[in-house]
Amino acid sequence: MTAVPAEARGPARAPKRVRRPRHWGAVAIAALVAVVVAVPVVTLVGIALSGDGSDWPHLAENVLPRSLRDTLHLLVLTAAGTVSIGVVSAWLVVAFDFPFRRVFAWALVLPLAVPTYLAAYAFGEFFHFTGPVQSLLREAAGFQTSRDYWFPDIRSTTGAAIVLSAVLYPYVYLTTRIVFLLQGRGIADVARTLGAGPARVLVKVLLPVARPAIVAGLALVMMEAINDIGAAEYLGVRTLTLSVYSTWLNRGSLEGAAQIALVMLVLVAGLIAAEQWGRRTRRFHAHRATHLKARPPRVSLGGLRAALAVIALLLPVAAGFGIPLWVFGGYVAVRLEQFADPALHAAFATTVSIATLTALVTIAAALLLLYALRVTRSGLTALLVRIGSVGYALPGTILGLGLLFSLASLDNHVDALAREHFGVSTGLLFSGSITAVVLACSIRFLALAEGAIRSGIEKLPPHLDEAARSLGRAPYQAAAGVVLPLLGPAILSAGVLVFVDTAKELSATILLRPFGFNTLATFVYENASRGVVEDGAAAALLIIVTALAPVALLSGALSRDREA
Amino acid sequence: MPSRTSRALGAGIAATIAATLFAGAALAQDKINIYSYRQPDLIKPVLDAFTEETGIATEVLFLDKGLEDRILAEGTNSPADVIMTVDIGRLTAAKEMGVTQAVTDEEINADIPEQFRDPEGHWFGLTTRGRVVYASVDRVEEDDLAYADLADPKWKGKICIRSAQHSYNIGLFASMIAHWGEEKTEEWMKGFKANLARKPEGNDRGGAKAIAAGECDLALGNTYYVGLMMTNEKEPEQKDWAKAIKVIFPTFEEGGTHVNISGMALAKNAPNKDAALQLMRFLASDEAQEIYAAEVFEYPVKPGVAASEIVESFGEITPDTLSLSEIAANRKAASEMVDRVGVDDGAGS
Repeated sequence: MTAVPAEARGPARAPKRVRRPRHWGAVAIAALVAVVVAVPVVTLVGIALSGDGSDWPHLAENVLPRSLRDTLHLLVLTAAGTVSIGVVSAWLVVAFDFPFRRVFAWALVLPLAVPTYLAAYAFGEFFHFTGPVQSLLREAAGFQTSRDYWFPDIRSTTGAAIVLSAVLYPYVYLTTRIVFLLQGRGIADVARTLGAGPARVLVKVLLPVARPAIVAGLALVMMEAINDIGAAEYLGVRTLTLSVYSTWLNRGSLEGAAQIALVMLVLVAGLIAAEQWGRRTRRFHAHRATHLKARPPRVSLGGLRAALAVIALLLPVAAGFGIPLWVFGGYVAVRLEQFADPALHAAFATTVSIATLTALVTIAAALLLLYALRVTRSGLTALLVRIGSVGYALPGTILGLGLLFSLASLDNHVDALAREHFGVSTGLLFSGSITAVVLACSIRFLALAEGAIRSGIEKLPPHLDEAARSLGRAPYQAAAGVVLPLLGPAILSAGVLVFVDTAKELSATILLRPFGFNTLATFVYENASRGVVEDGAAAALLIIVTALAPVALLSGALSRDREA
Repeated sequence: MPSRTSRALGAGIAATIAATLFAGAALAQDKINIYSYRQPDLIKPVLDAFTEETGIATEVLFLDKGLEDRILAEGTNSPADVIMTVDIGRLTAAKEMGVTQAVTDEEINADIPEQFRDPEGHWFGLTTRGRVVYASVDRVEEDDLAYADLADPKWKGKICIRSAQHSYNIGLFASMIAHWGEEKTEEWMKGFKANLARKPEGNDRGGAKAIAAGECDLALGNTYYVGLMMTNEKEPEQKDWAKAIKVIFPTFEEGGTHVNISGMALAKNAPNKDAALQLMRFLASDEAQEIYAAEVFEYPVKPGVAASEIVESFGEITPDTLSLSEIAANRKAASEMVDRVGVDDGAGS
């Protein structure tokens, strides 16, 4: 058995020692990270509290019942979609052998490169009355107008769930596949030698073991889905996030908007807490590092079964990656001159540097948080780590606003002090510069880095650094010398996830950016906002390509590391 | 263990990162900083003309949401000199949030009619645009319609609009409330919703596209989009959409066609106030107003400056005389009504 429940491992806490070190330094650093993340949220709470609540009668009667229902509808369908696609594809790729299996193993990650707002637009066009699917249908059947036949409307809650599932399932696929590869194999082998078939092994053995990983991936999906504005707006789904915006912009109540955003935050926190409570006693570790390298035996599929497996894997890749590529590639093919635009080159360079910076910042912050958690194992640190993830649970613009007000206030205080004592003006040091954008993206995506690295740590045997410390190493030496090198793949995937999401980020970036600053995402938006998405097609394609490179890197590294 | 080289390298990287991070903070002071809800390409022609004439450079920061909030947060150190936006609602919001300052300038006041100016001088309009009906050339016989007619069951399943919560539609509904009162407007809105061919989606051009494709017969849209589509050399497909529609100027029973404005305001803590005022005067002048008319197909607010020939070809517009601030005052009620009636759900529910 490689999987052992935590309580069966014996005393996990530090064994008897005369004086247990407190690690105040580590806690202080973790607290600092948590405070930085919490500042915009606290600012939002302040804004929400300054409201008089006069928006609520209207919200309660006409907006919230509807948008709560639509939001839940969207979340449930997206959860079902991403989990079934993610788990089934991970299982097929790990447990069976069939043609193109290796290609699929990395191609399944590709949809991660497509931002939801671009996917929604592409799906909308593809399945629209004037798009290729319905046009073909009309031509084939001789229909004239939309009243002659029925076609499912992609501009619906279900349609939005399909779009979101198509591009978000890789989160579940990635987390689940690793567990199937690392954790499940040993016990799966045992189950198989006892005569269980692959399907039975999946349900009885692999799924229970993978549950925490599935849920970890799903939590990311849920937060992306609940905060999505681009796809919901485009597909006409009236989610809570959309009500945040109409309350703020059309009814002029930032206070009311902040109040709804905080209600959403509580909802998300509740979901996460419920999940953690549900698995409070289960934790799985690989016992020996050698298990990480073994090559899994795969059941070979032939004939019809192999064909079915190929089709099952082709569908999500075609939907989440193929359709956007088809639509934007089609626009770009006749507008190749767009690539010559120097503004596009600048936006590309900016995107790569912002995304790289954000990835580095979040990795460093996540490592600090998790190091503090590992050496102290205290409830306080666990809470601090939790707070560190809160940014991912807020819509980008709302988080951006919270950060904007706090940073600008800090800037103005610094400026006032500098004027008073030194007679110089420092101006808007943070809020008027790229710092604001990097900080916003870091706060927003710290949860991604923390989750990826944490799952890497959880996969390691727990006594590695304890062994180093028993040999006289200081905690930070044990962490840096023993644990850190083993975390290479986890840190890489953390960096890739953050890089990709930052490259796709639009709403906080557009609010906080300084003059003359464009990322590819804001470039697309600037052009698309004139009603001409085609003008931003090259940039849209570049976002996908920019995100693609690290995604391919990640897939490649994972396959080499695990399956060679 | 870190060697001296790697330490030096680390310091170098840190310095580079710091330099990158704060690069945006050092803003040149000799140009006008424009915070804009208007797409940069649309205002580029007039700004280029200004720079050519005065030698003063401009820089545009385009935001889609939260422009006023950003200026408010930035406070006394805000680099914003002027605000440019569409929709009367945004201009009044900027004034209410206290991020603008009053301008009393004889030249501007002589150029811009009083109805397009804030009484206290906090903003003024630069162009107007009518919210009109695009109608299918092939399938719609009528050449005249009242706004009230759009709720007539005769159009059931034939009307397309963009989201009813979009500011262009909210502006129109707000002026209905001002004309008809809430009760009658809500009645109308229910009938209008029942006539929708599809759930509100896309943008105004999408309405023309849908008419061209036979999905609907009528759509609500702004006047200037028709000109932009007719002259679109980059996307010739849009010329076909424009050919498929004709422009009908709907009116209120005792009034004209609903018009909204694009306009500008001087930011409260404008660091380059003199240059900003120069820009404001220029944009109100004949020269800039003519560029607006010719390049973006909006109606100039300055009397005596003609609209473009393409826009004139739609027919004559009789702008509604309702005051802009009255429209702005009804925006909240209009937005709530849209939620209540559920216009964005489409006719289906």
